[in-house]
Amino acid sequence: MSVGPVGSALATMTGPHAPPFDAVPVEMPERARPVWRDNLATFAANRFALAGFVVLVAIALFCFVGPHLYSTNQSATNLINENLPPSAQFPLGTSPEGFDILGRLMLGGQSTLEVGFAVALVATLFGTLWGAIAGYAGGIVDALLMRVVDTMLSIPFLFFVVLLGTLLQPTLPLIVVAIASVSWLSTARIVRGETLSLRTRDYVVAARGFGNGHLRLVLRHVVPNALGVVVVNATLKVADAILLFASISFLGLGVPPPATNWGRMLTTGINNLFDGYWWQLWPAAVAIVATVVAINAVGDGLHDVVEKRLAGGRS
Amino acid sequence: MTGYLARRLGQTVVVLLLVSLIVFGLLHALPGGLVRAQLGPKASPYAVHQLAIEEGLTKPLPVQYLVWLGHALRGNLGFSYKLNTPVSTLLGEYFPRDLLLTGVAIALAIAVSVPLGALQAFRRNKGVDYAFSGILLALYSMPSFLLGVVAIVVLNIELPLLPSTAQQFGQGVGTDAKVLVLPVLTLMLGNIAYYSRYVRSSVIDNLLEDYVRTARAKGSPWSRVLVRHVLRNSLLPVVSLVGISFPYVVSGSLIVEALFDYPGMGLLFWDAEQSRDYPVLLGVVLLVSVAVVVGSLLADLAYAALDPRIRYG
Repeated sequence: MSVGPVGSALATMTGPHAPPFDAVPVEMPERARPVWRDNLATFAANRFALAGFVVLVAIALFCFVGPHLYSTNQSATNLINENLPPSAQFPLGTSPEGFDILGRLMLGGQSTLEVGFAVALVATLFGTLWGAIAGYAGGIVDALLMRVVDTMLSIPFLFFVVLLGTLLQPTLPLIVVAIASVSWLSTARIVRGETLSLRTRDYVVAARGFGNGHLRLVLRHVVPNALGVVVVNATLKVADAILLFASISFLGLGVPPPATNWGRMLTTGINNLFDGYWWQLWPAAVAIVATVVAINAVGDGLHDVVEKRLAGGRS
Repeated sequence: MTGYLARRLGQTVVVLLLVSLIVFGLLHALPGGLVRAQLGPKASPYAVHQLAIEEGLTKPLPVQYLVWLGHALRGNLGFSYKLNTPVSTLLGEYFPRDLLLTGVAIALAIAVSVPLGALQAFRRNKGVDYAFSGILLALYSMPSFLLGVVAIVVLNIELPLLPSTAQQFGQGVGTDAKVLVLPVLTLMLGNIAYYSRYVRSSVIDNLLEDYVRTARAKGSPWSRVLVRHVLRNSLLPVVSLVGISFPYVVSGSLIVEALFDYPGMGLLFWDAEQSRDYPVLLGVVLLVSVAVVVGSLLADLAYAALDPRIRYG
């Protein structure tokens, strides 16, 4: 089986458009298939992951395309319509401010998904760089960088995020920074571990022998080969970030109304739980749980892909 | 073991110092500074300067850090100007309640996760395993406050068995036990989702080991092999897992306490966040972090004591 850039290079060399020496019968039929098709097949073989992916796409469409098809007023409060149960006019009822909940679910989903993916992106980039430098440099640099990670990990993350949110003005980008500041730690640990094993591999030693600089070695040779594990980790990070965002919204941090997110909607529903306004709680609850389960499912499928590639590399 | 012990203790000291540096840094990152936070934006420049001198805030930062660290080591974490009480007194009052809540939740979570994870591993990729994996994934995918709300809806609103808040905590053992059920249940369910995955995979790894085949070959019945050999070896990672999970549990307790009004550090922290009571916020962060560091140290030491490879290594 093919692994990483080396594998894909071989795959193109032996592919249908390969140079003439391909005419010599070489028995590597599976190499002829591009890597991404193997990966896709592995991913699709995991039914659970496939279902998760479909659900995730559906939710994203609902949140971002939905408002164009189902337009509601989500900025001006309307107290005549407050706390109405589901009806033909309001399919999922209304909020205490008189907002249509179905439309609100779309709006809240936008910021929830945006925060989830932005955190995963920022945390993964930063954590990968940090971990790769620590693992590659070794010695005192490694010890120092990893003690910082240990320290941050030992501060209970929710306390830290709430504290940061209190110190900073809670705008959406700053909430992303606050959540990312606790989310990059696991990436750093994983990438450091991978780097420690990768940096002694022959091809890295060879690349160093060719006179490549440290930065190039890390960015071109070490990081790309740790990418599979990092991508799986990043996927799960999206799910964790969405849950963490919901939790800090529950604790009262977030962008002021009329902006909203699923966590804030849940909190409203909890505050009105004893009034029997069930439609204010359960739609947002279902949305959050469905999204997080779907993302975990996709992560499971990607995990299969990486696992299979690694197993193929060893045989 | 001495070498391991010394290395691990050294790491702990470094981490504790870094934690103190971060908390000190946050103290000075306050918008408008510590003095403005106490006196409010309308205070005269003279009053601000006066208090800054009194609190030693005009000295160089390293000096301030050492003074602050010296105070913190002696248990002086400043004064809550909102609650008009020394922070250390507040922490001394609230912290034991957290040990109770999280301790009971962790113990019960282990008591459920170990048999559950083992059952899933023995029946892996069968109906029972899939069913429990599904339930656990759903639990894992819920924000912990939603988990608590589901508990309230089922056990308070639909079946009025238990109180929905823990405000009455501290009025005798009977009420305490009753109000603690829902918070403990909420915190515990989240932990079960987290622990039992690891128990499952740890047991599966052990089932594939050579010693299992050897034990079977010499004629031990399955039940004996599973309990005496597999489960004992699989429990070792659980010890370190519990150590790793401390930050999660403590973070979860923040949510649970805010939801149920349980008067622990989480609620203290949450109230302080609402009233911008910075000395309390930072005191709580410092104490929970130290508790987590010490907790993981104890878990690692327990692991080392239980595992002969580390004990004699």
